[in-house]
Amino acid sequence: MKRFSQLFQQVDATTSTNEKVRALRQYFYDEIPENAVWAIYLFLGKTRKRLITSRVLRDVFLQISNIPEWLFEDCYAHVGDSAETIALLLRHSPLEAQEKVDRPLHEWMEKVIPQVKAVQSEGELRDLVVSWWASLEDTEIFVLNKILTGAFRVGVSEKLLVKALSAEYNLAESVLAHRLMGDFEPSIGFYRQLIQTDNEEIAPSQPYPFFLASPLDEDRFQEEEPARWQAEWKWDGMRAQIIKRADEVFIWSRGEDLITQQFPELVEGFQLLPNGHVVDGEILCWEGDRPMNFNALQKRLGRKSVTKKLLAENPVHFVAYDLLEHNSQDIREKPLLERRNLLVELLTSLSTSLTTVSTSLSFSSFADLQELRERSRQQGAEGLVIKAKDSPYLVGRKRGYWWKYKVNPMSLDAVLIYAQAGTGKRANLFTDYTFALWHNGELVSFAKAYSGLDNDEINELDKWIRRHTIEKFGPVRSVEPIQVFEIGFEGITESKRHKSGISVRFPRILRWRKDKPVEEIDTLQTAFELLKTIEQSN
Amino acid sequence: MSLITVRQEGLYCEQGGFYIDPWRSVDCALITHAHSDHARSGANQYIATHISEGILRKRLGNEINLQGVEYGEKLKLGNTWVSFHSAGHVLGSAQIRVECGDQVWVVSGDYKRCADPTCAPFEVIPCDVFITEATFGLPIYEWDTGEETCRQIYQWWQSDLERPSLLFCYSFGKAQRILGELCKFSDRPVYVHGAVHVLTEIYRQVGVKMLETISTTEMPRSHKYTGDLVLAPPSAHRSTWMKRFVQPQTAFASGWMAVRGARRRRGYERGFVLSDHADWSGLVNTISQTGAKTVYVTHGQSEVLSRYLHETYDLNAQPLKTLFEGEGDI
Repeated sequence: MKRFSQLFQQVDATTSTNEKVRALRQYFYDEIPENAVWAIYLFLGKTRKRLITSRVLRDVFLQISNIPEWLFEDCYAHVGDSAETIALLLRHSPLEAQEKVDRPLHEWMEKVIPQVKAVQSEGELRDLVVSWWASLEDTEIFVLNKILTGAFRVGVSEKLLVKALSAEYNLAESVLAHRLMGDFEPSIGFYRQLIQTDNEEIAPSQPYPFFLASPLDEDRFQEEEPARWQAEWKWDGMRAQIIKRADEVFIWSRGEDLITQQFPELVEGFQLLPNGHVVDGEILCWEGDRPMNFNALQKRLGRKSVTKKLLAENPVHFVAYDLLEHNSQDIREKPLLERRNLLVELLTSLSTSLTTVSTSLSFSSFADLQELRERSRQQGAEGLVIKAKDSPYLVGRKRGYWWKYKVNPMSLDAVLIYAQAGTGKRANLFTDYTFALWHNGELVSFAKAYSGLDNDEINELDKWIRRHTIEKFGPVRSVEPIQVFEIGFEGITESKRHKSGISVRFPRILRWRKDKPVEEIDTLQTAFELLKTIEQSN
Repeated sequence: MSLITVRQEGLYCEQGGFYIDPWRSVDCALITHAHSDHARSGANQYIATHISEGILRKRLGNEINLQGVEYGEKLKLGNTWVSFHSAGHVLGSAQIRVECGDQVWVVSGDYKRCADPTCAPFEVIPCDVFITEATFGLPIYEWDTGEETCRQIYQWWQSDLERPSLLFCYSFGKAQRILGELCKFSDRPVYVHGAVHVLTEIYRQVGVKMLETISTTEMPRSHKYTGDLVLAPPSAHRSTWMKRFVQPQTAFASGWMAVRGARRRRGYERGFVLSDHADWSGLVNTISQTGAKTVYVTHGQSEVLSRYLHETYDLNAQPLKTLFEGEGDI
């Protein structure tokens, strides 16, 4: 654990990518595979299951500490992370001196920590956790707490990890990224497979890393030759990969969740695909010739069992964008046009209405694209994706090959009425805002937003909030309704769960309207009119 | 009987006819130390420690009417006896003791309990009422010694001698403390931003031992600073001044760096935990050592610390609203 928490400290202490990669490389060089594979597993955040909730950990701490609960809460509000708050506060609560034992990471993960599953009582759990704390140093306690609460995502992105492994083992980053996708067991066997140079059999369920489009750089794009590019609608559904290998269908979300169970009709449809094929596309709830509202898809994802009723009311459709594997060959290096032709051929042979290949829109100038973009809402799309016809299918977000060109969001001017401190990086800084619109002379909250301001603005607003607080309700503060913001959002729907009667999708701050007095902000009426126009255009 | 009350102008002592660290123009101002939230311009007369005189004149103007006193020297002001006692915060910083009849009140100003080679150590002054700061009044704040943190700073500087190492810190107090502590590890000269340079020279004039410094204003713009340590105030971060350094490694020294979130959102590569304010133990121990039964808590975590003192030590402790700021904002 010492070596691992030292690594954690090194990568956490710096924001420099080079420093982090250097520390990771050194770790992989030093460590035995048993530990290294667990380090990878942890940094990738694969330990999703929470062994202990933050609340339980907190209660254990409060039982053995003389810090009163309210003071703990104040500290937590400052730190924004239970695991860290406890580690910092444990310095005041000298635990019974115990011999410090340095057990290797794999032993912690495989033998020590799993003991929590066997405890019979709260007291037993407390004694167990306290004995661990007593055997560790400060940073190790923080690392252990993070592991226990299942949120070990700390300053090391997958990209960084792949970079370090690639440098250390002289393997292509794309190969490593692929091998790290999906679920894996943190075993020596897996580690050996991961770092071997020749390409051996991979698990049938293994997806490819997704390639993502970047926001369009208009200036740069205008210089481009239109004929080099292909445009498609950008759908507001769920990006997914459908895999057919070893007679089985697997569906993966972009968040690397296996979502096969949620979409039985897609499984049935793609069962007909020959083995050794991987298709990239978008899952949408579909009605007639156009997508349904995103809420419909949300319902499909939220349920454990997919009922007949759900299938009938929220039918899905898969819009295919790309073909990544063809007859068991990884074809990501081939140009897009070639992959697309193979895709069309493949899906036509399926002869099912469950899936279609994404339409390639015709255009001959940038002006055409702008016009198409303006029409996307009428199509139920949220803009365009523009891809170079000769582009390979890369990993992550690499600029210059695929662009997304989204419609301008809808917007309303609203006033800030509540603020709450964020967590993590934004702890002790008021960054979670609630905004309101006028309705019959009263302010009615209509959206929450967390992003859109730059750091200077966040700091400025934070100071303002502290000086203009009316009331504190736990972590939430109500503030004088003075600061006006233009709030942008992607969609607006009726909602019974919200007091305002509407809910908006992806709300964010577009602009701080310091020029606008609160009297002049929009009304709920305006919001409903906006809703009506959207529904009519549908 | 209240010896000190809060008025619009600042902390006021009616029996003595003076203000302590006032934030508006007043007749007579007693100054605990020269940080800008405690020493403001506009008073007809200032009283402060001799040793802080250089910095006060630098900041408030050479022409101010300033009376210097020694630590411990007793002054008769109105019906009160007033004396200044070391606060261990920065050069010349003082707590102010006010005695009237059988009452003794002490205003702490800003203070710390960790050793600092560039200023006199904190002196515990027994009193009935203690008016304390609480910048870091949460138990998550516990400092290592300045020596230990400066050892880490030295190691960081030495870890990459192919780049300039830019360390951001307060130009008054913290920069000199670092230069003082670094004498234990190095004898190489350190480059300093103009703002740091001016204050460092004043420290040297009163005999504080620090590493040799060179002002960046004296260097040609093309100078490379490869492998050099450079100290600068946080306001210089990402400024045009900073453009002269090619791919520097950057760090920030502040008490706020004790928390990961604060460290990460600052945008410096490294954060070193170093503060000239008392940490939690420092605050709580000091308050209990003064023997004060009544405690007023000014800036920082005033509500938290008051509640804790009241619940845990059964003291009459209350927050006091002032315009002091402590160690900047997060």
